[in-house]
Amino acid sequence: MYVAVKGGERAIDNAHAWLAEERRGDPGVAELSVDQIREQLRLAVNRVMAEGSLYDPDLAALAIKQARGDLIEAVFLIRAYRTTLPRLGHSRPVDSAAMACIRRISATFKDAPGGQVLGPTFDYTHRLLDFKLLAEGAVPAAPASAATPGPVPHITGFLNRDGMIETDAPDETTPPDLTREPMELPASRQLRLQALTRGDEGFVLSMAYSTQRGYGRTHAFVGELRIGTVAVEMDIPELGFAVEIGEVELTECETVNQFKGSKSEPPQFTRGYGLVFGQSERKAIAMSLVDRALRWKELGEDFNGAPAQDEEFVLMHADNIQATGFLEHIKLPHYVDFQAELELVRRMRAEAMQMQEAAE
Amino acid sequence: MMEGSDLSIFAKKKPQPMASTAPLLRVEGLTKRYGARIGCADVSFDLYPGEVLGIVGESGSGKSTLLSCLAGHMAPDAGRVIFDTAEGPRDTREMSEPERRRLARTDWAYVHQNARDGLRMGVSAGGNVGERLMAVGARHYADIRTTATDWLGRVEIAPERIDDRPSAFSGGMQQRLQIARNLVTGPRLVFMDEPTGGLDVSVQARLLDLLRGLVREMGLSVLIVTHDLAVVRLLADRLMVMKGGRVVEQGLTDQVLDDPQHAYTQLLVSSVLQV
Amino acid sequence: MTDQAYNFAYLDEQTKRMIRRAILKGVAVPGYQVPFASREMPMPYGWGTGGVQVTSACLMPEDCLKVIDQGADDTTNAVSIRKFFQRTAGVQVTEATAEASVIQTRHRIPETPLREGQILVYQVPIPEPLRFLEPRETETRKMHELEEYGLMHVKLYEDIARHGQIATSYAYPVKVEGRYVMDPSPIPKFDNPKLSDNAALQLFGAGREQRIYALPPYTQVVSLDFDDHPFEAGKAPHDCDLCGAGESYLDEVIVDDAGGRMFVCSDTDFCASRQAVGHRGRLSPEEV
Repeated sequence: MYVAVKGGERAIDNAHAWLAEERRGDPGVAELSVDQIREQLRLAVNRVMAEGSLYDPDLAALAIKQARGDLIEAVFLIRAYRTTLPRLGHSRPVDSAAMACIRRISATFKDAPGGQVLGPTFDYTHRLLDFKLLAEGAVPAAPASAATPGPVPHITGFLNRDGMIETDAPDETTPPDLTREPMELPASRQLRLQALTRGDEGFVLSMAYSTQRGYGRTHAFVGELRIGTVAVEMDIPELGFAVEIGEVELTECETVNQFKGSKSEPPQFTRGYGLVFGQSERKAIAMSLVDRALRWKELGEDFNGAPAQDEEFVLMHADNIQATGFLEHIKLPHYVDFQAELELVRRMRAEAMQMQEAAE
Repeated sequence: MMEGSDLSIFAKKKPQPMASTAPLLRVEGLTKRYGARIGCADVSFDLYPGEVLGIVGESGSGKSTLLSCLAGHMAPDAGRVIFDTAEGPRDTREMSEPERRRLARTDWAYVHQNARDGLRMGVSAGGNVGERLMAVGARHYADIRTTATDWLGRVEIAPERIDDRPSAFSGGMQQRLQIARNLVTGPRLVFMDEPTGGLDVSVQARLLDLLRGLVREMGLSVLIVTHDLAVVRLLADRLMVMKGGRVVEQGLTDQVLDDPQHAYTQLLVSSVLQV
Repeated sequence: MTDQAYNFAYLDEQTKRMIRRAILKGVAVPGYQVPFASREMPMPYGWGTGGVQVTSACLMPEDCLKVIDQGADDTTNAVSIRKFFQRTAGVQVTEATAEASVIQTRHRIPETPLREGQILVYQVPIPEPLRFLEPRETETRKMHELEEYGLMHVKLYEDIARHGQIATSYAYPVKVEGRYVMDPSPIPKFDNPKLSDNAALQLFGAGREQRIYALPPYTQVVSLDFDDHPFEAGKAPHDCDLCGAGESYLDEVIVDDAGGRMFVCSDTDFCASRQAVGHRGRLSPEEV
């Protein structure tokens, strides 16, 4: 068997070796463990899980380590791993109303049953570098109180009771699966939400921001933002009932947006929805704004030409793994095409100069 | 009361000499609603080959809705739009989208009020005129260019502007270019939506003159929507007056303008200077 | 040595079946872009994930694989993809066009004519030939459906009006069997004539854009043009400086600071085989 070994192959092997060395950094400094990343860089782990579409904090931490902290590269590693996994079945829809919340806030009501729970948030920290962190040391324990018992009801549920907000009709059809079927447009809302939840945080953030600045404005209030863990249950056909197979941490955001209505229909608030793996509230809020902006057609609003209203634009450009791959592929050799362009430009120049000479 | 009388007026005023040929376009009971509001209601008429039908009314009268429904840009809620295709009369509402789009790029033409909506602004004047030719299979560059040059001349655009983009043209030139682009393949039916709207008065006069020449010369069948009675006086054989989505009066142009029967038409006629 | 952690040729059998269905559909409707549920691959989108998935779905253990990029077997991405299949499928690999049963390529069609039974797999970045005239997928699909290709010719018309000739030198659009306008992937237009009436099965995979299309053997493929500006396959007006070939596609290599340059075959296998049987070019080393 003849195996081609040439400059290209050796160069690749050497590059890989050097990369491994760079990843490790100064061997005089202790190596970072995957446990440390999982526990201490948890928001990075969350982002990798969300955009990688795989809930596995250990693998996400490993990916971050392997990717030298490049989170999009880490997402890529997770995606490439995820795609090879067999699909054993699917869970029941998780019940976010039964979430054990560590954080739960509403901007639309001063207080509500279940209370406002700030939780571990950066919100009211002063963004001053904490030089104490330069030194290693124990953190004093935060004050603890007993967990709020029982399920915490959704804020929008209160609005719903008065018919003040639109209701989503329960839908028993199996939603499409973005990871198993090609994206076909126009997309259903389920498909849009799938694309947004795994979409690039920066992209979704900027799209949402653009709606706030008037490019497809929807007048959003955060009806409720909640973070916590929910049980994942799966129907086991042999048993005939659902079994809890684990827990996932989720961030859920429901926005309450400008009302719709007509002469015949009473006005109602409308909703935008965001749901993301882990503690990822920036992403969840942004997602709910973009979701709402994309719903213009079903709500009978005008298309203003805003990017965030443009389903094809948003869905085709939200995925950072697609984006970064295509962006970076222009590093690959293109000299054959460039040669063709060279010849073309040379010929056109020669013809133009000939015509110039003939004219003179 | 007026709704019921529509058809009888129509029957009385149908131009007699053309009664022997089949209508090019037959519209029956066309209705379009926007929720509870009426866009246009129960509109019926025939258009015969070589005829120019003006549809007039103030803004909000439903004339633009009607034109959009007729041209297939908008789906009407009820009624029939029967076009005399090469294979015989067909209801365009029952056509598949491929069939409708084929019709739109062969037998039909549509002149938009705003030339930008009807032109490719990033493509040269020659390319704009040539597109319809290429869409129906023209594959000889020099021939396409000759035809384009000829058409630029017919709409009074200097041939040396053939490689310029429409963005470098004045509003009047853009509109003339749009007309050339539409007429180059000799369409059997032309829809025009306020073709002189938004232009200066002197530019309007020149454009109207040009249009009148082309209509006569090519024997075009045209549906022209306008709020400007001077436009229809010059171009239209027959006239349909719309108000509140309904046709309130129709007949030969001179008859309607010189002896308006409906109170609204009288108001419309008296409010403008006679041409 | 194959990597036992993965299925043969990496993809699981379910996914391969899904891709094969798309390929069959593509073969049945030549030039039509078939949507398929492209998987994330362990190489980036834009680096040949579409081609790799098609190759993976086609490979059998008895296959012999050749991978080229820019016509060369030894370019980094070609090496990387070849290694990937050696590791995951353990198939035989080769540089010889004639020996290969499956050839994955980026940007070239080999000079050596292909034969029946061979499969040529193209990596495709943007499968939509109308994309840069109309950015919306929903609209371009409709244009294909209705054969509304006037706009494509408007583009060629504009080229001639501005440059005196059709100024497209690669990814030159073609019409397949008189029906679908197709992007042949970014091959130089020099290669376009080889698309038509080719004995091999030609498959095109676009991973990021989730499309597969195909040219079954002996399909008629015509490069778009005007009657009075016919398509011309262009190349540098030189012979290869290493093997003396006059009819092969050439790379231009800058050889010194003074701007000196040489022209060599882009198809490395073609060039090496010619040299092996004694062909010589302008800059060939002296015989010893």
